[in-house]
Amino acid sequence: MSTRHVLLGLLAAGPSHGYDLKRRHDEQFPQARPLAYGQVYTTLQRLVRDGLAEVEGTDSEGGPERTLYRSTDAGAHELTRWAGEVMPPAPFVTNEIFAKVVVSILASGDPAAYLTAQRAAHMARMRELTAVKTAPGTDLATALSADYALNHLDADLRWMTTTAARLTTLTAEVDSA
Amino acid sequence: MSTPLLTGRRLFKAHGSTPALRGASVELHPGEILAVTGASGSGKSTLLHCLAGIVRPDEGTVEYAGERLDEASEARLGELRRTEFGVVFQFGQLIPELTAVDNVALPLLLAGTPRQAARERAIAWLERFGVRGQEALRPGEMSGGQAQRVSLARALVTGPKVVFADEPTGALDSLSGEQVMTALTHTAREAATAVLLITHDAQVAAYADREVTLRDGVLAAEAAEVAR
Ligand SMILES: Nc1ncnc2c1ncn2[C@@H]1O[C@H](COP(=O)(O)OP(=O)(O)O)[C@@H](O)[C@H]1O
Ligand SMILES: [Mg+2]
Repeated sequence: MSTRHVLLGLLAAGPSHGYDLKRRHDEQFPQARPLAYGQVYTTLQRLVRDGLAEVEGTDSEGGPERTLYRSTDAGAHELTRWAGEVMPPAPFVTNEIFAKVVVSILASGDPAAYLTAQRAAHMARMRELTAVKTAPGTDLATALSADYALNHLDADLRWMTTTAARLTTLTAEVDSA
Repeated sequence: MSTPLLTGRRLFKAHGSTPALRGASVELHPGEILAVTGASGSGKSTLLHCLAGIVRPDEGTVEYAGERLDEASEARLGELRRTEFGVVFQFGQLIPELTAVDNVALPLLLAGTPRQAARERAIAWLERFGVRGQEALRPGEMSGGQAQRVSLARALVTGPKVVFADEPTGALDSLSGEQVMTALTHTAREAATAVLLITHDAQVAAYADREVTLRDGVLAAEAAEVAR
């Protein structure tokens, strides 16, 4: 999963500091491994280096001084590009598809358009696999591996269909989190 | 792209006060296998019925090979259904009292083919769909997958230009579904028969050349254009 894009997505809601970003990441992606603080810090440094984020100032209400970061226009642009970019339709891409949809919602992007484009890519791959599987004289190993990939892509698609139908509700939930 | 063989334009159809189609447009090209997907209740079956001349749309036009089906007489629609169109539904289109071979021969007999020739052709089609040996069975004596392959033979025996298939594998397990879909699509591609394939199953839609998705009685792509 692309940590830099997830952090950019979290920054789309407004300036934030490293600890807060880690906490929101872990809440938003409960199935993912919790982010190490060091990883958050180095990722923020790289975002700043690449001009995708910048330091907003420091915040020290009561506790130690903490650096606040915000997304730049280039960061917002890069986030939109990544969130709409279609994944190669291989099995086991679900985490990244899931992340794109959640981040798109966080950043008020267009998850529905992304889901439509991703569905088209999945269907194109499923057509190829179906043609291979049903060609006259296909051997068993080929049919089995095509079945395996088809069922995983189908699982992605069913999740994507449900998500598209649920999007209104999901958007409301993420907004209020 | 070729000239479409079958075109539905801005089709509206309500069942009582329930709108089923709300301006759907679709084109089917000669020899093309087109999957129509969408949630249940999105209007897929109603669209198929309008395009096949089984029901008339409230508004909009249906054109088949240059002929307006929405304005055609019942007699002409009946003739098209016997000669140019084949239909396969989820279940129930076989006549329970007739054997497999008589079910498949029936459309040929209705079209005036002599009895012996009709039987021979029916047997050849049953063989092609892997149900040779079952010709003397009645639909109730066959498995779902066998009955569905007999239904396909019946839909294809007259050499139609278009096959309308509404959830043809909806009642089948995955391997029987695979046999039915492989038989349907390989035969259609050989004979350059166009297929309008309705399904809510992506693995079935993957047998088609192209997919369109219905949402609340219009194609999802059209809905997106309107929203833009
Ligand atoms: N004969 C009927 N009488 C009343 N309502 C119907 C009838 N057929 C379909 N409908 C309604 O029209 C809408 C579209 O149905 P249908 O075309 O069967 O959709 P799908 O095949 O996608 O499930 C649904 O809301 C359904 O309940
Ligand atoms: Mg239906």
